[in-house]
Amino acid sequence: MAAHVHHAPNPKTYLLVWLFLIIMTGVTAAVAYIDMPGPLNAIVALVIAVIKALAVALIFMHLWVSSRLTKLTAIAGMFFLGIMLTLVSIDYISRSWIAPSIFTYFRH
Amino acid sequence: MPMDSHTMTVDHMQEAGHPALKPYFDDLAQQRDASTFGMWVFLLTEIMFFGGMFCAYLIFRNLYHDAFVAASNTLDVVLGTINTAVLICSSLTMAMAVWSAHMGRRLMIVVFLIATVLLGLVFLSIKGVEYKEKWDSHHVPGLNFSTDAFTHPEKSQGEGELGHPALPSDVAQHTVIYFGLYFCLTGMHALHMIIGIGILCFLIRFAWDGHYTADHYTMIENFGLYWHFVDIIWIFLFPLLYLISRHR
Repeated sequence: MAAHVHHAPNPKTYLLVWLFLIIMTGVTAAVAYIDMPGPLNAIVALVIAVIKALAVALIFMHLWVSSRLTKLTAIAGMFFLGIMLTLVSIDYISRSWIAPSIFTYFRH
Repeated sequence: MPMDSHTMTVDHMQEAGHPALKPYFDDLAQQRDASTFGMWVFLLTEIMFFGGMFCAYLIFRNLYHDAFVAASNTLDVVLGTINTAVLICSSLTMAMAVWSAHMGRRLMIVVFLIATVLLGLVFLSIKGVEYKEKWDSHHVPGLNFSTDAFTHPEKSQGEGELGHPALPSDVAQHTVIYFGLYFCLTGMHALHMIIGIGILCFLIRFAWDGHYTADHYTMIENFGLYWHFVDIIWIFLFPLLYLISRHR
C-alpha cells in the first residue's frame, strides 16, 4: 500500500482493512452454503482465509513496511509449514499406489 | 553499594540518550529491529506448533471425510461467524492501540487496549457458550462423548427438523477424531487468547503509568504482533472447523 513510506499505516487504512475482513468473513460463511463441484468449496474457503490472513499480516502486522529480515522470517514460517503439509500429504496420497493393503489398514 | 550501582546505571542510560535503550544496542532503531525480529521468530515457532495440529486435521479430514462433515455440521455457524467478526474487531482495536502508541497518545493507548480486552472476553464467552452446547450434546471426547446423536438422530428431537440421516456406527465413531481436533485447536487458540488478555492487563497498567513514549513502545508493538497472529489462526480455524460441506 505504501512501500516507500516507512511509517505505520494510518487509521484510515486500518478501517478499510477491517471492513474488508468483515465482508470476507460474511462471504466465506455465505459461499459455504453454495453447492460447488468437487473440492471447490474447500478451495474457495481456503483461498479466502489466505487472503484474509495476508491482509492481517501485511497491514495490521506491518509486514508490508517491515525490514527484509522480518519479511524473510515470516516467509520462512510459511515455507516450513508448506514442507510439513506437502510431504505428509505426499505420503498419504502415494500409499495407495505402492501398497493398497496398507492404505485400507489405515482407513479402518 | 546498591545506591552506587543504581546511579551508575542511570548515568550510563542518560549517556546513551534514552532511558529505554539497552547498553548493547547502538540506538533505539537497532533495538527495535532486534526485538521485532525476535518476536517474529517466536511467531514462527507458533506457526509450527499450530501447524502440527493443522497437519493432523488435513490427514484425518481426508481419511474420514463423512465423519468430519457430520461432526462439523453440529457446530453453530452463526456463533462462529460472530466470533470471527469479534476477533477481527479486536485486531482493529489492537492495531489502533499500536498506532496511538506511535503517536504518543497515552489515554488513547489505554482506551484501545481496554477495548481489545473486552472484545477478547466477548470472544471467549461465546466460545464458552459453544463448549457448553458441545458438553450437553455429549460431543466432548474422553469426558462426555456419545455417538448416539449420529447413529440415532431421530432420538434428539430438538434440532433435527432437517432430518440428518443416521450414520453407520464406524463413521459415527470417527467423529470423535473431529471433536478431538476441534477441542485441541480451539482450546489452544483460546489458551493463547487467555494468556494474551493477561498480558494486556499489564500493558494497560504500564500504558496508564506513561511507560510508553512515541519513540519507544516496542512492548505494545510486539504484543500487537502476537494478538494479530492469534487472529490469523482463527481466520483459518473458522472455515476449516465450521464450514465443511454446509451445503448438504
